[in-house]
Amino acid sequence: MTNNIYQFFFIYLYSIITLFLLAVIGDFVSISIFLSKNIFIYKNIFIYCFLYAICFFAIRVIITNQVSNIFIFIISLALSYFFLINKEINAYQLLIILSVFIAFNLLLQKYFTAKNFSNFLFEVSFLKFLKTNSLIFFSFIIIFPFYLMFVSSLKSQMVLLQNPTDLSIPFFYSISDFFSSYIAVITQYNFLNFALNSTIVSFVTVFVSLFFSIPGAYAVARLRFAGRSKISSSILVIYMVPAIVLVIPLYVIFSQLGFRNSLFSLMIVYPATTIPVALYMLQGYFKGIPYELEESALIDGCSRIGVILRITLPLSVPAILSVSLYVFMIAWNEFLFAFMFLDNQEYFTIPRGLYTQLDDQEVPRQYLMAGSVMITVPVLLLFFIFERYLVGGLTAGSVKG
Amino acid sequence: MFNLNKEAKLAYTMLIPTISIVFLIILFPIFGNFWLSFKEVKLGDLRAPQPIIKEKLKTKDIEPGDDILIEYRFKNSSQKKPIFNIEITDKISKFISPVEIAEGCSVNNNLLSCNFEEWKPKYNEKIIFKFKANDNFEIDNFNPKESKPRGIADADNILTNLKFSLKNFKKILQKNETIENIKVTFLYSFFATIGALLLGISAALLLEKNFLGKGFFRGLFLFPFVSPVIAVAFTWVYILDPFKGFLNNYLLNNEFISEPIFFLGLKKIDFFGFDFPFTLFIVILFESWRYFPLAFLFILARLQAIPKDLYEASDIDGATKIQQFFYITLPQLLGVISLLFILRFIWNFNKFEDIFLLTGGNAGTRTLTVQVYDEAFALSNMGTASSVAVLIFILLAIFVFIHQKIAPKDIEE
Repeated sequence: MTNNIYQFFFIYLYSIITLFLLAVIGDFVSISIFLSKNIFIYKNIFIYCFLYAICFFAIRVIITNQVSNIFIFIISLALSYFFLINKEINAYQLLIILSVFIAFNLLLQKYFTAKNFSNFLFEVSFLKFLKTNSLIFFSFIIIFPFYLMFVSSLKSQMVLLQNPTDLSIPFFYSISDFFSSYIAVITQYNFLNFALNSTIVSFVTVFVSLFFSIPGAYAVARLRFAGRSKISSSILVIYMVPAIVLVIPLYVIFSQLGFRNSLFSLMIVYPATTIPVALYMLQGYFKGIPYELEESALIDGCSRIGVILRITLPLSVPAILSVSLYVFMIAWNEFLFAFMFLDNQEYFTIPRGLYTQLDDQEVPRQYLMAGSVMITVPVLLLFFIFERYLVGGLTAGSVKG
Repeated sequence: MFNLNKEAKLAYTMLIPTISIVFLIILFPIFGNFWLSFKEVKLGDLRAPQPIIKEKLKTKDIEPGDDILIEYRFKNSSQKKPIFNIEITDKISKFISPVEIAEGCSVNNNLLSCNFEEWKPKYNEKIIFKFKANDNFEIDNFNPKESKPRGIADADNILTNLKFSLKNFKKILQKNETIENIKVTFLYSFFATIGALLLGISAALLLEKNFLGKGFFRGLFLFPFVSPVIAVAFTWVYILDPFKGFLNNYLLNNEFISEPIFFLGLKKIDFFGFDFPFTLFIVILFESWRYFPLAFLFILARLQAIPKDLYEASDIDGATKIQQFFYITLPQLLGVISLLFILRFIWNFNKFEDIFLLTGGNAGTRTLTVQVYDEAFALSNMGTASSVAVLIFILLAIFVFIHQKIAPKDIEE
């Protein structure tokens, strides 16, 4: 009997959590596809789950074990119909509600097939329940902000103010209305100039970092010299140094030297902060290349430089690619130094420009979102194309963020 | 077999560029930060005091032979510091010659040059110089302002002189705010780290086994980490906006709440008689959301390296999944978790942008890094800003030291 009470309790708990999660997502899906009004009355979820658990408990445990789960589901749904759907709804909404309940049932029913709810079964069902729900939960919390950013950037000011919970993509707009925020951001707020600055700074940073870190990484990975172990251990310490400790003295020094307010100032600071990371990632990879390859070339009379250019570099293209991407992302996303150093609009990088030009109560929110989409898309595109390299690089280099 | 000496030389040559840039842009500024923290430098002191000279023609309708009066205005740009050994040069028109000029000045080859010993702070004086129009004077070509007067002077540069004081530290330690900020910084770093680690471990456990779409989920889970902080922070601010934001309106529509919640503007809420720092909690949620992917990647890599026979053996012994997690998986992950904890803690401790963009340091979320920014640019005091930065440095060093003493070590690392 205690087991049965446990079972009842867990079914109730599982079903509330699962249904709640599904209901939120179903609600968001439905308001983004069909209408802007939400359809669920969340309080009813507790009633439904209670009924479901009662039905399950009563039918399965007390009466007979032979009844199918679908049957229990239909009975509980029928019972709760009266409580749940007391708003005016149309066929589409009903479809969404039904599919949420069916998904819920499919997710849950495999947990409760056993007659005796033993500890072992409890554990298995609990883990399965956790896994399925967590996957949905994680995907949801990650996708939602990005989706909202994208959707808001397409809306007009009026729609945003009238109905902030509207998640639908406005397909009925004409093309020029559809992208009107993007066009406004580009034409009124000088966005292309920011993008150009960001691109220049990021590429220079990648180039300079590689140029400095490849020889350095090779030396640390392969060559024998006094102080080698000290250098390789101090690399890690160096990239623990807080940027905020650097920014005040660099601000002072650059102001005195007169190149604070320029892209050049970023072009020296960014590589300096990325070189230690790049060096660490690359030397790890270089160490993994079989030394015999290089040794045989050396014996055959190839010079060190020749070995690096002809053997090491061609073999480490994936590592170099992932380092370049990683450095590019750091430079593209960097805010603090750009924020502190740049005063003139003509030198603004995108994050700096977004902050000053668009983060203002006067500027419509959809412009800010359009700007955010435009800064995010290149990074996510690069990330998706080269994901494999990046993931390898990120784990290999124990990366800063 | 190879010449060791030659090899070492080559290594040093290859490392010199890296070492020099790291020295210039990282180590030297750290030193500079300590240097500044012992000096009372204001934002305005970054411009060294210098002489400002302006000239003005006082005479009109000049005929050849007339006297011409030119007023020179000498000023010390600084309100607080004197300048020394001022040298002023100005090219004067070839049509005029000097009659009466100030002491210390002379004219040679149409070049007026003056030397002064010292100008006091706020020094501002108008001196009339008397010239005479030469016989070949042409009014149309006469322009006393054709060349700008130049002045150079020595000044005591507060940035480079050797006067040090502890006043900055005294100032920041006397502020009640600083102690509060240290508390907030520790709370924020600690709980944001724990949050990111918990989310990271769960996400890694979810994707441990191979299944269809695993690659997609792995890519998706990294989104918050690779996206620009400015974009995601703005989106969160927009979602959490009390009036225009999605979340408040959604909750209002569903009658979960009766009036909007100021997610990013509530310093404390009463939570069963206990002051709960609400906005700090939201910021910690944001940090955990944004940085769990890093923990996820590391832990996933480590999970997949755990030998499978450990699980098989425990299966035979009848261990349950939860027992397997606590007795096999977790001990195996302890090393990487400890490493991640220290890394993330340090990075959260040093984080500036995230809090600055979300709340600007308001509503009880002012960390030490935000305080550095406020001291430097809102209060225009570079000295106290640097001393707060030094404080961050010291606190971090203490923390790392303690962690080194007590943390479990990963055997493989």
